Amino acid sequence: MIELQAVDIQAGSFRLSDVSFIIPTGEYAILMGKTGRGKTTILEAICGLREVQNGFILIDNQDVTQWSPGARHIGYVPQDLALFPTLSVRENLAFGLRLAKYSRSHTAERIEQLADLLGISALLSRRVQGLSGGESQRVALGRALAAWPKILILDEPLSALDMDTRTEMIELLRTVKKTTAVTILHVTHNPGEATQVADLRLELTAAGEIHAFRNTSQ
Amino acid sequence: MGGLSSLFVLLMVALLVADVSFSSWQSFAEALAKPEIQAACRLTMISCTLAAILSVWVATPMGYLLSRYRFPGRVAIDTLVDIPIVLPPLVLGLSLLILFHQPFWGWRLEDFLKDKLHFPVTFHWPAVVLAQFSVSCAFAIRTMRVTFDQINPRCEHVARTLGCTRGQAFMLIALPQAWRGVITAGTIAWARALGEFGPILVFAGSTRMKTEVLSTSVFLELSVGKLEAAVAVSLLMVAMAVIVLIVLRLLGTGLSP
Repeated sequence: MIELQAVDIQAGSFRLSDVSFIIPTGEYAILMGKTGRGKTTILEAICGLREVQNGFILIDNQDVTQWSPGARHIGYVPQDLALFPTLSVRENLAFGLRLAKYSRSHTAERIEQLADLLGISALLSRRVQGLSGGESQRVALGRALAAWPKILILDEPLSALDMDTRTEMIELLRTVKKTTAVTILHVTHNPGEATQVADLRLELTAAGEIHAFRNTSQ
Repeated sequence: MGGLSSLFVLLMVALLVADVSFSSWQSFAEALAKPEIQAACRLTMISCTLAAILSVWVATPMGYLLSRYRFPGRVAIDTLVDIPIVLPPLVLGLSLLILFHQPFWGWRLEDFLKDKLHFPVTFHWPAVVLAQFSVSCAFAIRTMRVTFDQINPRCEHVARTLGCTRGQAFMLIALPQAWRGVITAGTIAWARALGEFGPILVFAGSTRMKTEVLSTSVFLELSVGKLEAAVAVSLLMVAMAVIVLIVLRLLGTGLSP
């Protein structure tokens, strides 16, 4: 579960005040709102990458507001993916597991499992520079999911993809939702994505308020 | 525009050709055979390399800090590190000399280093390294800052969500991407150290076989009227600079991802 209680966030001259919402455990929520309203700022605050002035951020009922990003067990896929360019696909996937000091065999087993789920088994030895948009997206998703996070945060994951790859990725996100118990928060501009994958739709208004709607088509 | 740019290249070639035609192989060999010049050559290589290593060591975290973080005093630090770039080199040497010899409530840095640590600096070889480092480090910091400015900080953000501390994100993610910049900063620092003259003369002096480096050799040879020897040493510096720069560039190409 992700819960924001009256959170104030300052990002330079931009300010978001009194942001509150709840995403129940295991649900897939979509956060929508026009560009510049602070969607990425909210994601960064949840991840611990941006300081919160007031309010509380709770994950599974635990106040994590002052926790370091790594202690929150969140898988984060930023808009530009930010794959580690000096590492191979396998090393990108193994990064979080190595930091968490999983054994080599356990790490290798988890990578194989993820590669199967995401359809990237053939890419494991490749460097990330030569990957296509869809392949990079899958690797970024795998890197975020590798260490069994409680929360998965996706910042406009489908925006730079062509129509076919986008359809494949939506299918993949549905599979991830079914096969993992992870709670997902996905930012998008596209109302179609909300109806296709989300249980919950959160709309960020111009006034900085968040309105929640349950998606009945799911 | 190409013609205008090639004028600069032509000027450099013309300068080298003039030096080579002025000098002779015999005077070059004679200059190289002098024990003083050999000692200066050794000290130049060692001091430039030490100054470059120290510069990169200091410049890498400093460049990262200035590129990534906003903190009180950042603008002041950013300006301070540029001072050696804009300051006349002679003034920097003079400032170093004053720093080491100015009494502060009866305590002097040079006396402390000499008497307590048995490590005299002024007019000894460490002064050469410190004078070179003071200038080269400023250039290395500029280079490293630009390098980190061009690296996407979001990779480090993702690394932190995966469990890295800020330090680990720097060491495991940012630094491997900055290798080309590290090599460039090292090259620039080494080249600046080789060309340094003013601060070394003031702070380390130009004692033969002790604090003489090639740039001061040129001055010493000129001051006793040995123009041919001065030109021969200059050509030796050109040769050393070209070799070191080529080696560093090759190293940089090999290490880049």
